[in-house]
Amino acid sequence: MTENNNGVLVVVEVVGSQPIDLGLEMLALARRLTDSMGGTVTAVAFGTGLETTGGILTAYGADQVLINDNAIFANFHAEAWLPDLSKIIAEVAPAIVLIGHSESGTDLAPRLAFRLDVDVATGCESIDIINGRAHMTRGCFGGLAREVVTFTKTPALATIRSKTQEALSPMMERAGEVKQVSSILDVNSIRTRVVGREREKADGGVKMESAKIVIGGGLGLGGPEGFKTLNEIAELVDGAVGASRAACDLDWCPRSYQIGLSGRTVAPELYLAVGISGASHHMAGCGNSKTIVSVNSDPNAEIFKSSRFGIVGKSQEIMPALVEEIRKLKA
Amino acid sequence: MKIVVCVKQIQNPEIPPAQFRIDEEAKVLIPVSGLSPVLSPFDEQAVEAALRIRDRAGEDSDIEITVVTIASKGARAAIKAALALGADNAILLSEPTFDGSGGYVTARNLAETIRAIGDVDLVLTGRQAADWDAGVVGLGVAEILDIPAITFARDVQITDGVVTVQRVLQDGIETVEADLPALVTIANELGKVRHASMRETMRAAKKPVKEWMPEDIGLDEAQVGSSAMRYNLERLYIPVNDIECEFIGGSTPAEIAATLAQHMREENLI
Ligand SMILES: Cc1cc2nc3c(=O)[nH]c(=O)nc-3n(C[C@H](O)[C@H](O)[C@H](O)COP(=O)(O)OP(=O)(O)OC[C@H]3O[C@@H](n4cnc5c(N)ncnc54)[C@H](O)[C@@H]3O)c2cc1C
Ligand SMILES: Nc1ncnc2c1ncn2[C@@H]1O[C@H](COP(=O)(O)O)[C@@H](O)[C@H]1O
Repeated sequence: MTENNNGVLVVVEVVGSQPIDLGLEMLALARRLTDSMGGTVTAVAFGTGLETTGGILTAYGADQVLINDNAIFANFHAEAWLPDLSKIIAEVAPAIVLIGHSESGTDLAPRLAFRLDVDVATGCESIDIINGRAHMTRGCFGGLAREVVTFTKTPALATIRSKTQEALSPMMERAGEVKQVSSILDVNSIRTRVVGREREKADGGVKMESAKIVIGGGLGLGGPEGFKTLNEIAELVDGAVGASRAACDLDWCPRSYQIGLSGRTVAPELYLAVGISGASHHMAGCGNSKTIVSVNSDPNAEIFKSSRFGIVGKSQEIMPALVEEIRKLKA
Repeated sequence: MKIVVCVKQIQNPEIPPAQFRIDEEAKVLIPVSGLSPVLSPFDEQAVEAALRIRDRAGEDSDIEITVVTIASKGARAAIKAALALGADNAILLSEPTFDGSGGYVTARNLAETIRAIGDVDLVLTGRQAADWDAGVVGLGVAEILDIPAITFARDVQITDGVVTVQRVLQDGIETVEADLPALVTIANELGKVRHASMRETMRAAKKPVKEWMPEDIGLDEAQVGSSAMRYNLERLYIPVNDIECEFIGGSTPAEIAATLAQHMREENLI
């Protein structure tokens, strides 16, 4: 069996012509991995209007950037991406392939694994090279446990959770090679048809993933009104609002607010958890926050075990008071 | 029309963390004693999705719902639950090392089982099993069977040989279709699952359950279980949490809030 050993290949998602943060975070991981095992860092970007993307990816750590610029890739579609991506991976022969653990990455990576006839570790939070082999650490059992796995075949495929790695500072003068690749896609091979797409209107607020302060609301808010107060605070402190799945399930807030195992991953400076019990499934999406402060009426709530500061009290009383106090401080 | 739903039985994923135990030496879960296994939540919703398709098609439709599970010999909890909800019959593929062999081997086994059943129009799986949280097997089955796959469905409808899925996006919904046969993975957003009715539960006991061994679906030792594994579990552990929580006290909400706001200011957050 031949082993792939040409470093790390990173599949970077691009929105507009801007790579998403998770893509840059994975480039930093790829650099660290090649530092210890050798080989090059290849970044791959699919999309359209990618003229400036190559330069950005080089600045953030790629040695080689492969750009697949084609109108058909404007929106993510797993079946359209697979033939080109499989071919690129066969040519580059990386030891490790990193894909974002995002809406599209979770849809893409398992398919790719089976096409390449290798295994995949999803939702990894770290990768270490030990004795030349990639050791991938991922959460399991709803976030209560971690497993470390290695694979018997290369490339080792892994999806990486957002905010588990820190992007490098960009160096515009870094040298790198940017190449255009041409698509081999036969559009007749695509069997799934996207016939409609509706995105929730962006509410103009700060994006949850990049906010310094995220305020998460749960059932302890007592109803949708509770989210109004959280939104007020978010506006005052330039933060974003998220929620537990239970709150989303009850339509107290948009579904896109969901933080956790089956929702988004955030790691702000401050995560303010309000009326959230702290189930491991929820913590899987916010456990990496720098500081967690929680408000809960139950002094024995699980969430306090992950919190730096705790407030035992009713959210309906504490949160309006906090609005006032922040206003005073800002005045 | 034949619908196959792949279901897995697992330890209840919502037990209090204090009860959750791992044997780090053997790298296995230590089951909580006295707790019976459950149908993995997204798989339960996959069964519900199949039932909704049958409900829409009406009483005298020819839709047959088969649940398939890979588990150790005699493990019937998931099957019983699915039959009580309304599935028509079940296949248990007994595989001694089933939970140690990983998504790659599981997908192979399920795909061959589905092939052996024959003429399956729609395969439904959960978006991920709520034990290892991988989210690999469903797409793997589709790749092996070479059929189209649509992930994260909150609604699945069948019309004239076409499956139409409302697919959950992080901030919206996408409508995707494919010709049958196809595979769809079900997300939490499918919503509430029906309760097993008394009538179905009584009937469930009489529904046919086949127990197959790997050789029944033409797989040999080398293709199943640990010998076919593509991964090694190097370590399994419960992360330690050494955070000490400092409680902010005060006699009124305003006082408590003022202290918190002060902390936020000191940390340069506001
Ligand atoms: C496979 C799987 C995946 C999951 N994925 C996710 C996920 O991605 N994200 C997620 O969030 N969940 C997820 N869950 C659900 C998760 O297990 C919990 O059920 C959920 O997070 C609970 O939400 P909650 O904390 O809002 O509600 P609850 O658990 O009901 O907690 C409410 C809390 O509010 C407190 N409270 C009550 N009244 C007040 C008051 N007046 N003031 C202040 N506090 C009050 C209570 O003491 C309690 O601690 C998943 C579950 C499973 C099985
Ligand atoms: N042992 C199993 N038996 C039957 N179906 C399974 C099994 N393991 C996984 N599946 C199906 O595949 C889905 C995804 O599983 P996983 O990739 O393990 O997260 C589950 O929700 C099930 O529908």
